[in-house]
Amino acid sequence: MSQPLPESADVDIVQLRVPCKAEWVALARLSVAAVASRLRFSLDEIEDIKLAVAEACTNAIQHAHGSETIEITCEAGADGLRVSVRDFGRGTRPETIRSRELDEERVGGLGVFLIRSLMDDVTYDVHPEQGTRLVMLKKSFA
Amino acid sequence: MDIKVNVREAQGDCYVVDLGGEIDVYTSPKVKDAIGELIDRGVYNLVINLEKVRYIDSTGLGVLIGGLKRVREHGGSVNLVCTNPQIKKIFDITGLVKIFGIFESEEAAMKALV
Repeated sequence: MSQPLPESADVDIVQLRVPCKAEWVALARLSVAAVASRLRFSLDEIEDIKLAVAEACTNAIQHAHGSETIEITCEAGADGLRVSVRDFGRGTRPETIRSRELDEERVGGLGVFLIRSLMDDVTYDVHPEQGTRLVMLKKSFA
Repeated sequence: MDIKVNVREAQGDCYVVDLGGEIDVYTSPKVKDAIGELIDRGVYNLVINLEKVRYIDSTGLGVLIGGLKRVREHGGSVNLVCTNPQIKKIFDITGLVKIFGIFESEEAAMKALV
């Protein structure tokens, strides 16, 4: 599980809850992009964060059976932006969360691969009956 | 959020699918339907123009991969037109540049098909 930022750090927190439905993913990714734009990220980095958040939400919609809500928490600190995306559905078994191989031409599995490629640190916290929490960090080097 | 899909006949037995806007989990079914309808009609050579696409995620990529797999079963191909650096980057990091023909212009994409 990803460690929270130290309490002594100056961390601003922004939270958003959206319905676990496809039509709300755009709001989620644009909201997190707005948070990222207040930090010292380049436009390319903001696009990375936007896509990673969208992929995490899409995973929740497609795999978190029974979840009505997705909770997105942004922690903006000196080291960057940590975003957690939590669903409340029946959790995916950790061993089934895998990226695709690059030479595979299958349709699924790209989302996890993209998240891991675009963000600096990615962890999953899976509870079979309580849902899945994906925490990802984009470091700020500016 | 918007997605624009326009299908037009080009030279030979090729069709061009113009896409514009944002392709994600919500909008990608519309793209999948448009490509699927063409393939169902026996169109197996496609140019998909992504020049006006501002955003694409894995579900959009999945639709393109699915379309490519279907046309390949019939000896066809899908070429992409892509000039947006952010979209190109996604094809790069996912390795899809090795699977799709990706071109800077529709003319080049069409030429490579026929």
